[in-house]
Amino acid sequence: MTTTAHRRPTALPRLLGGLETPDGLATLDRHISYHGALGVHAEPGRPNDVLREVVRASGLGGRGGANFPVARKVDAVVGQRGRPIVLINATEGEPPSRKDHVLLRGAPHLVIDGAIVCAAMVGAREAIVAVEASSQREHAVLDKALAERDSRRTDDRVKISLGIVPDGFVVGEERALINALNGGPGKPTFAPPRPFQKGINGAPTLVQNAETAAQLALIARHGADWFRALGTPAEPGSALVTLTGAVTHPGVYEIPLGTALEDLLAAAGGLSARVQAYLVGGYFGTWLDAADADGLRLSNADLAEHGGGLGARAIVALPATACGLAETARVARYLSDESAGQCGPCVHGLDAIAGGLERIARGDGRALPDIERWLGLVVGRGACRHPDGAAKLIASALDVFADELRRHTIDRKCSGDGTAVLPVPRRAAVRRVT
Amino acid sequence: MSDQLRVNWIRCDAHGLCAELFPERISLDEWGYPIIDPAPISAQLQRHAERAVAQCPVLALHLQRADG
Repeated sequence: MTTTAHRRPTALPRLLGGLETPDGLATLDRHISYHGALGVHAEPGRPNDVLREVVRASGLGGRGGANFPVARKVDAVVGQRGRPIVLINATEGEPPSRKDHVLLRGAPHLVIDGAIVCAAMVGAREAIVAVEASSQREHAVLDKALAERDSRRTDDRVKISLGIVPDGFVVGEERALINALNGGPGKPTFAPPRPFQKGINGAPTLVQNAETAAQLALIARHGADWFRALGTPAEPGSALVTLTGAVTHPGVYEIPLGTALEDLLAAAGGLSARVQAYLVGGYFGTWLDAADADGLRLSNADLAEHGGGLGARAIVALPATACGLAETARVARYLSDESAGQCGPCVHGLDAIAGGLERIARGDGRALPDIERWLGLVVGRGACRHPDGAAKLIASALDVFADELRRHTIDRKCSGDGTAVLPVPRRAAVRRVT
Repeated sequence: MSDQLRVNWIRCDAHGLCAELFPERISLDEWGYPIIDPAPISAQLQRHAERAVAQCPVLALHLQRADG
């Protein structure tokens, strides 16, 4: 090794460091010369308690959207009998999000290092990085990165493989992901058992998102204090945000948690049009009126005051020329189509709600009382949180776009010019065939 | 500290038997799926709950032990 001082970034970028060029840190040499060697080796059957304590002290929350403390998930797996396994979720079923794939393409070795850190924490000898079938660039990058590692025999105690799962919104749910990798359909299963109890091939499984893995790779290198130097005490560290809609430079940004929305917008070159509302947290997130966005900080604590959360940190700036109800109706139909189709209240409820919203978008408001009742009927009544997430988004639309709702249902007018802003994959129904 | 009724929504096919057998805590939504009243199940009602669980044709209803 040379004596080159490796980057120990005190400020940003951390995860996105070295990714200025298209190939980023895709090769192992560039990865190591930028970030330094990992210096962590997994001992199958022997959880690394020192590393666990570092991660606990870091306060890292899962970056897939739920913000669940990583250390607690690790503890749950360590507390089980049987050989544990690690599953890194690098799927990106959320249409307005691109962060995990941007990270994976640019810094695959950081994600792989994170898989090794996870394996070390639980004492696993095997890790899988899961990507959806259509993400061929991500496969190629990951394949190459894994082959490069094999050829150097660097981490021979952990077997890391690529797992391919069907496309779709729900497959990113951890039990659906495991179900797919176990040869079943990519649909959630009834819990218990939870993944930490019985996951891949029945083994206790630690599931972490790709960005979480990359954060772990840096925490293992630089420590908990370094990690906590950014962010807020309750929500430490940096996080990736996918910012799209009416901004000058849409894309994936790395921010310290708690950053003011205005600062993120400024980093993206500012707004490109007048904005009426922001969708925060992706399709299980909430709408936020532009007036409430003044002074807003991007943390779960701040967003909770507006009834929302950061989720997987997909943020869409909705221009004043779009109709928030029509946008939400399209997303509601998409979410209904993407239901795994297993649980009655989700199948019937989301379809009914989407239909009602579509009628409202066309100016017929008679379904409004029904929609409000149906929203109550889907929450907490499914094997996974799909109906809950959809209901939260739709309820926030009825609240934030209340003026527009009146315009539609009373004046039978729409403020939108027909532009569609929120991305909705077209072939949802076709892709669901397994 | 009473037991809690839980539905396995993947199994449930809206047969509706549970609501007939245990109307004190189970009603049906407009699609025929059970709506569970989370109020505690008294010792008196426990047998009704257990019967509803046992009679579900697809075994989709569970009684979750208070401590388990």
